[in-house]
Amino acid sequence: MTIKTMSFIVALTMTLPTLGAADADDDKLVINEEIAITTKTDAPAHLDGVFDEVMSGWHFRSDETQAMEMDDFDNPGMIFVEDAIETWNTAEGTEGKSCADCHGAPEDMAGVKPTYPKWNAAADQVFTLQMQVNDCRVNRMGAEAWKTDKGGSIPMEALLSSVSRGLPMNVAIDGPGRETWEKGKEIYYTRYGQLQLSCANCHEDNYGNMIRADHLSQGQVNGFPTYRLKNTKLNGAHSRFKGCIRDTRAETFSPGSPEFIALEMYVASRGNGLSVEGPSVRN
Amino acid sequence: MKFSRRDTLALGAGAVALTVLPLQANAATAVDDLIATFTGGADVGEGGVTLTAPEIAENGNTVPVGIDAPGATEVLIVAAGNPNPNVATFKFGELAGSQSASTRIRLAGTQDVMAIAKMGDGSFKKASQTVKVTIGGCGG
Amino acid sequence: MAQGVKPRVKAPKTAAAGETVTLKTLISHKMESGQRKDKDGNVIPRSIINRFTCEFNGKSVIDVKMEPSISTNPYFEFEAVVPEAGEFKFTWYDDDGSVYEEAKSVKIG
Repeated sequence: MTIKTMSFIVALTMTLPTLGAADADDDKLVINEEIAITTKTDAPAHLDGVFDEVMSGWHFRSDETQAMEMDDFDNPGMIFVEDAIETWNTAEGTEGKSCADCHGAPEDMAGVKPTYPKWNAAADQVFTLQMQVNDCRVNRMGAEAWKTDKGGSIPMEALLSSVSRGLPMNVAIDGPGRETWEKGKEIYYTRYGQLQLSCANCHEDNYGNMIRADHLSQGQVNGFPTYRLKNTKLNGAHSRFKGCIRDTRAETFSPGSPEFIALEMYVASRGNGLSVEGPSVRN
Repeated sequence: MKFSRRDTLALGAGAVALTVLPLQANAATAVDDLIATFTGGADVGEGGVTLTAPEIAENGNTVPVGIDAPGATEVLIVAAGNPNPNVATFKFGELAGSQSASTRIRLAGTQDVMAIAKMGDGSFKKASQTVKVTIGGCGG
Repeated sequence: MAQGVKPRVKAPKTAAAGETVTLKTLISHKMESGQRKDKDGNVIPRSIINRFTCEFNGKSVIDVKMEPSISTNPYFEFEAVVPEAGEFKFTWYDDDGSVYEEAKSVKIG
């Protein structure tokens, strides 16, 4: 088979939605038989004309993978949440405080994850949740900051996410954070790399279709951090952005970079209305 | 002897074919040996054991599979295409609630997954299923 | 002992005498298969949990011999009969000689 024929077939498969497509299913997600997760809902106002409905990546995975997320015991991502609970309760840094000393139990942090990333007035910039955690660690605990998507960052983000499961994502797109949000939107629609693909090319124009062996989702981040079967560990949103851009054969941005902070803010807002789902289970 | 170009090419093709075959034979033998060790060489019948596995594995790194063999004492799971086809052997004790179990396994590629059950009467039964394992796509 | 290995078990706290219950177990373990190579091309040696057992009041429920094809963070779901009140003992055996244990009591009610 020549390269020409192969590209033609790929192009054909991607343009004809019905050919080889497997649309998102209609299953309902209830975790531990008690947390109802909104996985499909009306698209937020700022996506008027783009989507009618936004959907969680859960719908695009196989039945077996979906089942793994429905029970906290079956969900291997929860192992890391348990580790984070220990970290939460352990004093660290020069001030001899633990997260619990100021914040109480992890459950008391419900309602925090749905609003991130958000504008931090004191720092005069948009903070991701990991940045806020580090702000506490450095300025209030006298401890060292964790690197983005490394070390304690991911389990802690997973813990803070887990206690907000079921609550709708609600990232503010107006106010002082607007400029950052606009920058994230610009990145979302920019084509990158040798393959000249933008996030939108796959996740807006082709969700539901197959890209080679993968079932394309809408690229929502309400389920992050996510336990990926492929590397059997939790993965953060910035790491996923990096992977996606690397896959377009581009020089990619780094986790924690201003570009990815802006992109995370924009992508998170595309899922406003969907429930916080992390730690989710994906392929 | 003078070799024409045609002769040389034919010889070459033959040599290639020969090198491929033994490799395949080795893989098949490894699986046969594994099963023979488990059964002691006895015949293996069909039915009596159910193997639950997805038709297409979402990711070969973590594939949920289940076995159910009422009346069995032991069940061997074989992944015929893995570098080491032996996956696990389940031995059911006197307080087992059923002769069933689920786990998650690694599959190196599309292959046959088999469950061989040693029944209470000493006979052996087998179930087999092809599991497709896909690679590639932007998920990596 | 391998780093960060933590066993977890889901078992009912009470059961009727003679009831069949479902048990789920998970242990966080890398299950290094011995197939991977490091950056310099050297094989990373195998290091897995090679056996898992479950007993109730000393009697065997299940005994699993595990090979490298079991996924990272080995997971098992199986059933057990609870004839009387007592304790489930779960044991995982590591290639490196470590033994990890977890126990769960069950009341009759």
